[in-house]
Amino acid sequence: MRLRWSWRGSDMDRRVLIGNIAISEAVKLARVDVISAYPITPQTIIVEKLAEMVDSGELNAKYIRVDSEHSALAAVYGASSGGSRVFTATSSHGLLYMYEMLWWVSNSRLPVVMAVVTRSIGPPWNIHTDHQDALTVRDSGWIIGFAENVEEAFDMTLQAYKISEDKRVLLPSIVALDGFILSHTAEPIDIPSQEDIDRWLPPREPLPFVMKPGEGFAVGNLGPDEVTMELRWYIWRAMERAKRVINEVDYEYKDITGRSYGGLTERYRVEDADYIVMGMGSWCGDIKEAIDMLRDEGYRVGLLRIRYIRPLPIQDIIKYGSRSKAVLVIDRAVSMGYGGVLAGEVASILRGRTPVKGVVAGLGGVDMRSEDFIDIIKRFIEEYELDLDINWLNTYWIMKDGGRG
Amino acid sequence: MEARYKILDIDLEGIEDIRRFREKLLSRPDKGSAGKTGTWRLYKPILYIDKCTRCGLCWLYCPDNVISWRQREIPEIDMEFCKGCGICGDVCPVDAIEMVLEGE
Amino acid sequence: MYREYIILSRGGQGGVTASRILASAATYEGRWAQAIPEFGAERRGAIVRSYLRVSDGIIKRHSKIYRADGLSIFSSKILSLIDIKREIPNDLTLIVNSPYKPDLEGFKEIYYVDATSIALKHDLVLAGWPIVNTAMASAMAKVFNIASIDNIVKAIEEYFSGEIAIKNISAAMEAWDMVAR
Repeated sequence: MRLRWSWRGSDMDRRVLIGNIAISEAVKLARVDVISAYPITPQTIIVEKLAEMVDSGELNAKYIRVDSEHSALAAVYGASSGGSRVFTATSSHGLLYMYEMLWWVSNSRLPVVMAVVTRSIGPPWNIHTDHQDALTVRDSGWIIGFAENVEEAFDMTLQAYKISEDKRVLLPSIVALDGFILSHTAEPIDIPSQEDIDRWLPPREPLPFVMKPGEGFAVGNLGPDEVTMELRWYIWRAMERAKRVINEVDYEYKDITGRSYGGLTERYRVEDADYIVMGMGSWCGDIKEAIDMLRDEGYRVGLLRIRYIRPLPIQDIIKYGSRSKAVLVIDRAVSMGYGGVLAGEVASILRGRTPVKGVVAGLGGVDMRSEDFIDIIKRFIEEYELDLDINWLNTYWIMKDGGRG
Repeated sequence: MEARYKILDIDLEGIEDIRRFREKLLSRPDKGSAGKTGTWRLYKPILYIDKCTRCGLCWLYCPDNVISWRQREIPEIDMEFCKGCGICGDVCPVDAIEMVLEGE
Repeated sequence: MYREYIILSRGGQGGVTASRILASAATYEGRWAQAIPEFGAERRGAIVRSYLRVSDGIIKRHSKIYRADGLSIFSSKILSLIDIKREIPNDLTLIVNSPYKPDLEGFKEIYYVDATSIALKHDLVLAGWPIVNTAMASAMAKVFNIASIDNIVKAIEEYFSGEIAIKNISAAMEAWDMVAR
């Protein structure tokens, strides 16, 4: 029935799936042992589909229903301490409710993988996407990646297990996908076979530790202050190593699917670009189309898509940012009193090298079209060429009127 | 104090890191891990063997796990680690344990 | 080839599923497709938009659709509720679920199909409402040249099984034949 594809002898199914279902298919292929979720709003269909898979026997996993997102992450924390491969998913307020447990997971170095369907935080009540929710956990020690399309959300989920469970890393991962724009949009995706994934992603090793009956030990007992700092230092180093591991995993994933995104960043027409745009998430596809059109008009623009904001691809930002005339960062989240979240990070890296302009747009799911990006980028280039106050991070808000109601 | 951020270059595999991480994050129960806590004591529990019914409540309630009750016989209190909190005397149903001022 | 379509339906009529079925069918044709629902506070009966993009190459953009090539309206009553020409300004091909050709100005072409009668005939009723999505998807596939009827059938089989699939396939085949200018 389905279209079959082959990549170097590997079989793939082409299916048209929404992001939520694609993630649950990836979780199934990763052969997770334990899933825990709070099933009600702001939850997504990801865990509903997984519940169906567990119920039908398609996925041999334990499914724990809990009373809140805090408990959901606590449950997978326990299961992961016991050596299981685990998964949970959440969104917006649910992620905020998990906040405390997020730190327990990362500070315990447990390779938990979680999908975060990024959605705005209220009030006003809003179910559409911006990156504010996922970026509130930026500093928690989780690896945080943003997908551009449904297929990448699928790939990133599978890769997250490989990255998080790597001996050099042992840190949890968040796969962020834009709410509704990716979670509910159906797109073709090529799904690799279970055999190929089994060969590529072996069962989890008993690291960093496994609690089991008869082995008496406690995790995170009160100790000297220096121990806390030392443990943080190991996490810091693991994050540094994760940069290399993310690049490696992305590269070797190509062997089974033919797909590779470039590791920590994706470079789109940057090689000869005078101006570089940086951004994250689904609208990078719209930005790419805008860049194609601008290139046709003679503007030398490129996109450095930040796939992972943690660990931050500092080297790539320096490499491509400092060889361009100016950098435009388009953010879907804002740090009130400073600027766009990503823009702030990029500006701090490129300080003294390249002027950076930040644009905040699309909050609460305000739709941004390629045409909008063309306008933004043209205005940015014009201002740079006229030398209008773009020496240091300036933040512009792109506002749209009304909406169709 | 020496800044240690450069050590990153020598542990690309992270094996040693994770070993030390486990060592520091995990703690295993061990006798006297907080030192000789018997020196904290001001009141000392005295067990009257003739009154004791071998019920084991003192063994169950001791928060510092210093009472042993191995053969389900007369309990023994390890004075090297007993902090003298008095819970055993409090829970004893036949008043077989009396807290006596020991002093400094 | 790159085309964009908008579906206007009522919550509960299956507009979102129709765009997904069409995306699947287009993929069977070897094309790239994208089905985007526009969600709000979903209410049964409220007007729901769904978007569909079909292309020969990979579609990178994910934004909503503002200037469509084709518009599909699942209930002819929607025509009197909103000013379509104001909302979707360009000249486009319209396809309406209606027993007769609606009297409208300013469209490139107007097609109609009596999807409600087809749904009722095939007993496609859920909670008191005829579900017209498979009939409308089939008519759209034909009019807009998105996919063949064989691939529409294949796509329907992805979403429904057993007796329901047979009913939907029958409705789709009938709509394929009945859609007219």
